[in-house]
Amino acid sequence: MTAVTVGARPLFGRRRSRNPLVLALIRHAVLIAVLVLMLYPVVWMVAASFRPSAEVMNSLGLFSKNYTLDNYQQGWSAGQLDFSRYFLNSVAITVLSIAGNLFSCSLTAYAFARLEFPFKRVLFGLLLATMLLPYHVTLVPQYILFNELAWMNTYLPLVVPKWLGVEAFFIFLMVQFIRTLPRELDDAARIDGCGHWRTFSRIILPLALPAIGTTALFTFINSWNDFLGPLLYLNRPELWTVSLGLNSFLDVTGESAYGALFAMSTLALAPIVGFFLGAQKLLIEGVATTGLK
Amino acid sequence: MSAAVTKSSRTGREGLTAYLFLSPWLIGIVLLTLGPMLYSAYLAFTSYDLLSAPRWIGLDNFRRMFTADPRYLSSVKVTLVYVVVSVPLLLVVSMVLALLLNKGIKFLSGYRALFYLPSLMGASVAIAVLWRQIFGSTGLVNQVLSLFGITHGSWVGSPGTALWTIVTLNLWAFGATMIIFLAGLRQVPAELHEAAAVDGAGPIRRFFSVTLPLMTPLIFFNLLLDTIHAFQVFTGAFVVSRGTGGPADSTLFYTLYLYQQGFAELKMGYASAMAWVLVIVLAAFTGFLFLTARRWVYYGDER
Repeated sequence: MTAVTVGARPLFGRRRSRNPLVLALIRHAVLIAVLVLMLYPVVWMVAASFRPSAEVMNSLGLFSKNYTLDNYQQGWSAGQLDFSRYFLNSVAITVLSIAGNLFSCSLTAYAFARLEFPFKRVLFGLLLATMLLPYHVTLVPQYILFNELAWMNTYLPLVVPKWLGVEAFFIFLMVQFIRTLPRELDDAARIDGCGHWRTFSRIILPLALPAIGTTALFTFINSWNDFLGPLLYLNRPELWTVSLGLNSFLDVTGESAYGALFAMSTLALAPIVGFFLGAQKLLIEGVATTGLK
Repeated sequence: MSAAVTKSSRTGREGLTAYLFLSPWLIGIVLLTLGPMLYSAYLAFTSYDLLSAPRWIGLDNFRRMFTADPRYLSSVKVTLVYVVVSVPLLLVVSMVLALLLNKGIKFLSGYRALFYLPSLMGASVAIAVLWRQIFGSTGLVNQVLSLFGITHGSWVGSPGTALWTIVTLNLWAFGATMIIFLAGLRQVPAELHEAAAVDGAGPIRRFFSVTLPLMTPLIFFNLLLDTIHAFQVFTGAFVVSRGTGGPADSTLFYTLYLYQQGFAELKMGYASAMAWVLVIVLAAFTGFLFLTARRWVYYGDER
């Protein structure tokens, strides 16, 4: 550290004179410190969810002598309804949303990436513009529309927009990906007598699997985390998602039953972490490429 | 000539196929985006409570916003402070960590994954619940501070600090921004760095003269996206303040106030007017960014 001098030589200037091992150690130390600071609260929450309620708030540490599942038992049935109900609802909405996004986004992306048609540039411009549009401008009129259609307290307002390609970002992601696939494949398929539908479903879709996987995973995470949508459209507890269940649970218990609240929060996060661990490479590459292209 | 005919009839047929492929999206954009936008532009000039027909009131909504609604103005202030503080903070932290992870480091994919994970959880109610505890009166932060003999009340419960807890919640999810920077850093040609080093430039000089200019397209991209996101923050503020935007409106974000006005008080016209002001502000910001981009965003292939 004494090699730092100001003046004749530039700050941190002598590269070779410093031990690369020491530098690497410093770098790792900084990174690990930041990581611990970031992840500690979450790990602490998970640990706390297994501690007896009397202990939950009185300890900064992660360990306890008396692990218990009480918080989980309590939390699972302490809300207005059983959490199993909320989980099933969330799963249903999430699965329907993923299917919808994959259907509408892949079809649209194929057309933009591979087909020629009138007004293509105008429509593509429109697609990009909707990506930057704040959703609030359609929030009120969509609510009025769905209300008129008597879709309140159904899953339709949360799911139907996905089938109609409302999330332009995923279309853009797939267009960018399909453009990287060689055109010769399409030509070969054409010569073999494939129409566009077969070229799309047999050639492009299987090759676009990474983009499809990324879309599916992000749709999963967005739908699972979604709070505003269910808050607006689902007023009946038997339709609530995990997000709404947790939120109302906070009302019921206040700050008194943090153990149970943490237990349910842990369960709400578990699917996200699980999917992430299974597919982190895909997710990270999906994010990285959106910025580069 | 016959070739031309077949070609145009082929593109004609292809055009038809294309529109078939596009039909779900086209229906969606007309019925769920453009139509609603037009309707909300109309509603912005009306008073409408869902129960009786919209009543035309001209510019009254906008007039009320800026002259007769102090809560609106405080929601604007809260949101602007939040955007101006949290976006640059997010960009700087993301860049610093991306630089630390950039060159020849071991366990890169492990670090990358762990730093990214909070981005996926940050928008969830579960994490907002945790945040309420961390910054609550008996929360983790105060427990740590008390080890040093510092006592402090609830951070989420006092007007001076509540907003900053939401800033940290947003900052905590810097991973997505960092990954985009990291991907960009890995494309900076090593020869440029070596050439600069031979010319006697130290690491800091090299960062500002070589790396940073090459990173400007990604800085532009992240700045645009993170700002748009920051203007729209909702879940964290809602859960942490129990939907009130309190204490003393200190976490009354624009979107939260829009929600309250539109869906709790059923002032659909007023909420639409608010939404349009947001659209105009964001459009102006985006336009401004694209205009200035020519001065500061450097693309390798042009001069």
